[in-house]
Amino acid sequence: MYRYDEFDSRFVNERVAQFRRQVKRRLGGELTEDQFRPLRLMNGLYLQLHAYMLRVNVPYGTLSSKQMRKFAYIARTYDKNFGHFTTRQNIQYNWIKLEETPDILQHLADVEVTGIQSSGNCVRNITADQYAGRAKDELADPRVYCELLRQYSFLHPEFSYLPRKFKIAVTGSPNDRAAVAVHDIGLRMHKNEQGEIGFEVLVGGGLGRTPYIGQTIRKWLAPEHLLSYVESILRIYNMQGRRDNIHKARIKIIVNQMGIDKYRELVDQDWEFTKNGVLKVPDDEVARIDSYFAPPQYEKLADQTDALAKIRSGDRAFDRWVRGNVIEHKVPGYAIVNVSLKAPGKVPGDITADKMDAVADLADRYSLGEIRVTHRQNLVLVDVKQSELYELWHKLAELELATPNLGLLSDIICCPGLDYCALANARSIPIAQDISRAFTDLDELQKIGQFTINISGCMNACGHHHVGHIGILGVDKRGEEFFQLTLGGSSDQHASLGDRLGPGLPQAEVPAAIRKIVDAYLVIRQQNERFLDTYRRVGIEPFKAAVYGEESRAA
Amino acid sequence: MPQMIIANRLRDGVVVFLAPSEGWEPAIGAGTLIENEAEATRLMAVAKRHEGECQIIDPQLIEVEVNDGKLRPTAIREAIRAFGPTVRTDLTET
Repeated sequence: MYRYDEFDSRFVNERVAQFRRQVKRRLGGELTEDQFRPLRLMNGLYLQLHAYMLRVNVPYGTLSSKQMRKFAYIARTYDKNFGHFTTRQNIQYNWIKLEETPDILQHLADVEVTGIQSSGNCVRNITADQYAGRAKDELADPRVYCELLRQYSFLHPEFSYLPRKFKIAVTGSPNDRAAVAVHDIGLRMHKNEQGEIGFEVLVGGGLGRTPYIGQTIRKWLAPEHLLSYVESILRIYNMQGRRDNIHKARIKIIVNQMGIDKYRELVDQDWEFTKNGVLKVPDDEVARIDSYFAPPQYEKLADQTDALAKIRSGDRAFDRWVRGNVIEHKVPGYAIVNVSLKAPGKVPGDITADKMDAVADLADRYSLGEIRVTHRQNLVLVDVKQSELYELWHKLAELELATPNLGLLSDIICCPGLDYCALANARSIPIAQDISRAFTDLDELQKIGQFTINISGCMNACGHHHVGHIGILGVDKRGEEFFQLTLGGSSDQHASLGDRLGPGLPQAEVPAAIRKIVDAYLVIRQQNERFLDTYRRVGIEPFKAAVYGEESRAA
Repeated sequence: MPQMIIANRLRDGVVVFLAPSEGWEPAIGAGTLIENEAEATRLMAVAKRHEGECQIIDPQLIEVEVNDGKLRPTAIREAIRAFGPTVRTDLTET
């Protein structure tokens, strides 16, 4: 894992001391709220419905067990005993006291995590494939480049006051698990015709009020040019982005207004001056950072296929969990274990302090001390011996963390919604709970197959509703909460935005509508066809008819 | 429709209501019920002063209804602020 060097460490500690002085000045009346707000936001501290909310970055979704224990300590000591993992691989605490925040940030700095740049119009937490460095289908570990970008963009003076926030995601695998196409910049590692690994660079993707799928600005970029090219993209955005209208300020608006070809031309013009300058990444620097992500010392093991098959044949529940939540590891004898935070009726992404500690203990005992956070709001133990899967499964099951629903209908993405968020128009969590309670039959979930439901409580789309196979958007209609459904969204390597199904539904009708859509799908799907593929084949009409009745066809 | 003044306490962010003592209380039941516009204007001036004095942030007038002697904000958003997340009623303190 990456460890702070002396500069990182000194800087983060100085920043905590600085914030401590700022809080003192605010409480003492030397700073107004207007003066203080940008200072607290720069440290990840928002004011939400119930109290201050602290957002803490988990860079590229990689955590040590020590850091997870510190998250538990913060939840237990300073909050209400739980935290919430978000769609940007961060953790949020909902009842933070301003006067205690400097102490909290110091605790976090002690384990090398911060809230810096988790808010504000800057480059936010850089996210990555949660299986980075372990996935069998991966070309290279994307975290090396995430860390390079993090160091580069951390308090970069030119890019600390962008027109709006800026999100970057990186995948090292052709199977995109990092939703790179819906980020301001998405980076996909792939090989060029010479067999060299580089990046396809996507720009202008994003969700929110005006969703767009990112467009390819460069088909292949040599890694040594990553910083200079990203800088040119940022610079053009910084100059051309709309500062006059917050709803039109993201890079996606400018890219789509001027067109990708024009944007590329401007970037290339700028890049000509910088590509061979100081930002050219030296090989030894990549190697230095790469060494932090060196694979752990694995034991020489053989795959346990036969032994596992024997246990699986005698234990159906374990078999189901292995099939659903365990992923192939690139090293023989090891496996990647997904820890579901989506038990029926639970709040997606929420986890108690005790369970955080328990997961940290399990990571130490079974997974070489490392934990990952996924943008789908689950956790991952990335280095588990296949021979210990059965034992680990029992322990996860005792903690209600072994629901075998990864990628299935009840593995719902859900933003905090109006239960917590000052921006929300409607509650999203109760919808997720109602749906997960309506689909608890594991046989049925498996029969339905791969299925994503993403829920947002407002059009800012933190719940990624546009890219759910079913998206659910909460809206306020004259003081009442209604929910609009979209179908056909996806955030993978074939990303698409969902199409609106029809008029919004009251909360009580949403689970039944999902049931009708699923029933219609099961009737019309072809063998082994995912819902998304059926939808792409047949279109929206059969589902519209299923939810709103046959008369909707005529309408 | 009767009104109340809601805000967040500066030092800890806790949701509070302006009380008859002109102090700020976390329990909605301890807040002042405002029945007319003149009183609303007068008490908002008090709240704004307290904001300037760094006691609270962002005071707002909200509409409330009284049922069986119990106060409840009419807007869902403000009801959630007053009573806590609807999905974690175990955390409700008021």
